[in-house]
Amino acid sequence: MDLEYGPEYNDFRKEVVHFVKENENVKLEGPVRSESRIAWQQKLIDNGYFARSIPKEYGGFGGDMDIIKLRIIAEEFAKSPIPKPMGGQGIQMLVPTILELGTEEQKQAYVRPTLRGEMIWCQGYSEPNSGSDLASLQTKGELDGEEWVINGQKIWTSTAHLSQMCFILVRTEPDAPKHQGISYLLMPMDTPGIDRRPIKQMTGDSDFNELFLTDVRIPATNIIGQRGEGWKVANATLGHERGSLADPNATMNRFNSLVNLMKGETINGERVIDKPVFRDRLLKIQGRIIAQQSNALRILSSQINKGQDTNMAKFITKLQGTELRHDLEGLAIDAMGEMGTLYEDSPHLRDKGAWQMSYMYFLGLIIGGGTSQIQKNIISERGLGMPKEPKVQGA
Amino acid sequence: MYFGLSEEQKSLEESISKYLEANASLEAIKAVADGEKEKAKAIHQGLVDLGISGLMVPEQYGGLELDTLFAAVVAGALGAGTAPSPFTGAYVMAPLALSLAGSDTQKDNWLPKIAGGDAVIGMGLSEYIGAREDAGITYSDGKISGRALFVIDGKDADAYILGNQSGQLFLIDADSSGIDVTDLTTVDKTRDSIELILKEVNAELLPGSEKDPSAINKVIDTGRLMLSADTVGASQVMLDKSVAYSLERKQFGRAIGSFQAVKHMCAEMTAELEPCHSMVWHAAHCQDNIEEEAREMACHLKAHVAEVGQQVSKTSIEVHGGMGFTDEMGLHYWFKRIGLNRQLLGSPELVREEVAKLQGFDQSLVKKN
Repeated sequence: MDLEYGPEYNDFRKEVVHFVKENENVKLEGPVRSESRIAWQQKLIDNGYFARSIPKEYGGFGGDMDIIKLRIIAEEFAKSPIPKPMGGQGIQMLVPTILELGTEEQKQAYVRPTLRGEMIWCQGYSEPNSGSDLASLQTKGELDGEEWVINGQKIWTSTAHLSQMCFILVRTEPDAPKHQGISYLLMPMDTPGIDRRPIKQMTGDSDFNELFLTDVRIPATNIIGQRGEGWKVANATLGHERGSLADPNATMNRFNSLVNLMKGETINGERVIDKPVFRDRLLKIQGRIIAQQSNALRILSSQINKGQDTNMAKFITKLQGTELRHDLEGLAIDAMGEMGTLYEDSPHLRDKGAWQMSYMYFLGLIIGGGTSQIQKNIISERGLGMPKEPKVQGA
Repeated sequence: MYFGLSEEQKSLEESISKYLEANASLEAIKAVADGEKEKAKAIHQGLVDLGISGLMVPEQYGGLELDTLFAAVVAGALGAGTAPSPFTGAYVMAPLALSLAGSDTQKDNWLPKIAGGDAVIGMGLSEYIGAREDAGITYSDGKISGRALFVIDGKDADAYILGNQSGQLFLIDADSSGIDVTDLTTVDKTRDSIELILKEVNAELLPGSEKDPSAINKVIDTGRLMLSADTVGASQVMLDKSVAYSLERKQFGRAIGSFQAVKHMCAEMTAELEPCHSMVWHAAHCQDNIEEEAREMACHLKAHVAEVGQQVSKTSIEVHGGMGFTDEMGLHYWFKRIGLNRQLLGSPELVREEVAKLQGFDQSLVKKN
């Protein structure tokens, strides 16, 4: 057991601290893809604080894959108001997939603009009738000469209104078994035949869309992997998504805000945090966060030290992280009582309504990216080796 | 950076597990629960031969001087095997109390005996944490009077270390006059519990504990760590047994482990329990290496693991259905061991209150102390 990063990292941390201090007042202006946002993203890449291990020829920093350095960067950025590197499905899911499975032309064409924030991606996976059973998807892709022709409907497509590109799963081999009939295509969003309808959520926002696809024609070369390998390709990226949904260190930051909230809120003049029942709930949540932080350290260690088996530790993170965060936001609302139900621009609103917003948003994350029930199937089947449900005939 | 057990720690864990598999089978545990004292003594001796008594004793007194993580690894293996043996009090808390607060003479007298497996010291600190009924001890002119409940590993002990409410520690020889030992019968038959009633018993102060409670706090936190590791070890066995049983047992023409209702029970146990292994290691590491986080980690561990242990032990019995409820299957030994661990050295609510105080969350608590 050794939680020290080692003296060889002291200089590196100093560099990062210096950069963060120098840039803590940087303000980004304009919508996504604005000049100042792209310039900032490029500055982070040039300094090795983003896209660190991605080769220079594809627009990355071209540094070594040093997990501890990545960790130090994340720690120092988290402490400061400095603008954080962009995230999103293009950066988190598409780039790793292309780097792993794409052709040289695809790497050249897509990685650099995606990293710079010039090219935004959305994900075309779920369909109205294919949610948890994603592999049953029915959107069709047919090869017509040098083009794929796509017809069908996608749902839960985040940021489709901001995106230039969509990585999409379509059924190209209708006669193959369901997992072997899917291909992973790259679809420009300005192609004729794409109709988008925003989905308004319970939070009041519209982060998602439905996509209606009618004879959408894209080049035949816009495929990652071979025909029928799309399920395999997609699973490579799903792994990238799950790890990022509920980081316990972010949850601990949120916990600190909750402590401040409970110190500020009063009932009959007494601070909520001084009431034993509320305080006990608060401490229970803190204990759960610490357990997940310990679990995350074990996973981090397995990335540095080869041969440490942490599969089970990884399988549980999405389930535990999202449920915990939802509980945390719920306690904040209880601590405020009636005041906790205020929303939008109401008088007496606390923290711009962020607690209610997150309470609902994290319910969305409990469902999205594989529901809690699907996570339990994964834990029991892949983790514990328990049998799958017997297949219903014809499904 | 390496977060995990070392090869030495893994091999110690394995040697204890193997010993218990061979010598403390369910049949043996049942015999101990039915009153076969000799069986428990033999298992205790076997564990001492493997080195459990010397783990925490400094080398200069003949011990192995290993760290808290080693002790936690042993505690986990003992919990997994529902070992009917002293450990947390006699071989972890007692040598730690003597090392931290004992005089040279006290150390010379007791540490070598502990290391050699020739002395068991019971630890009576419950009244410092939260006195029940009218329990508690008073010390004056070298004599102790009062009552100490749930003295850990106190049965047939050679000496006791007791704490008063201000956190001072006292050593008394079990042969001294004025000591009345009463057996307490708890649900957990794998470990003995006793009550001490003391009338004017000769006692020595552990001098390092006179002025401030840092020694007693450290001893209690380390004890909490051991009980938590014990619970995690026991819970893991209950989970493993649940999965194995669900794959064997058939109803409606298929293994019950193929039903999502059952799979999800096992997944929920796993999701809660898996991080607890890491949390034990982390808290143990902090205990020896990161002083400023040590207390909070130990308290949070005790409370959190107690909750997870309760969930796992209940769910595991449910997965086993009616068989889980029987004495024959014996799952209840793990269930009850986890149940006792939950209450010893502070129930979850008490410990969370303590960690709230440590962080200054409650102004009224801060003022009072």
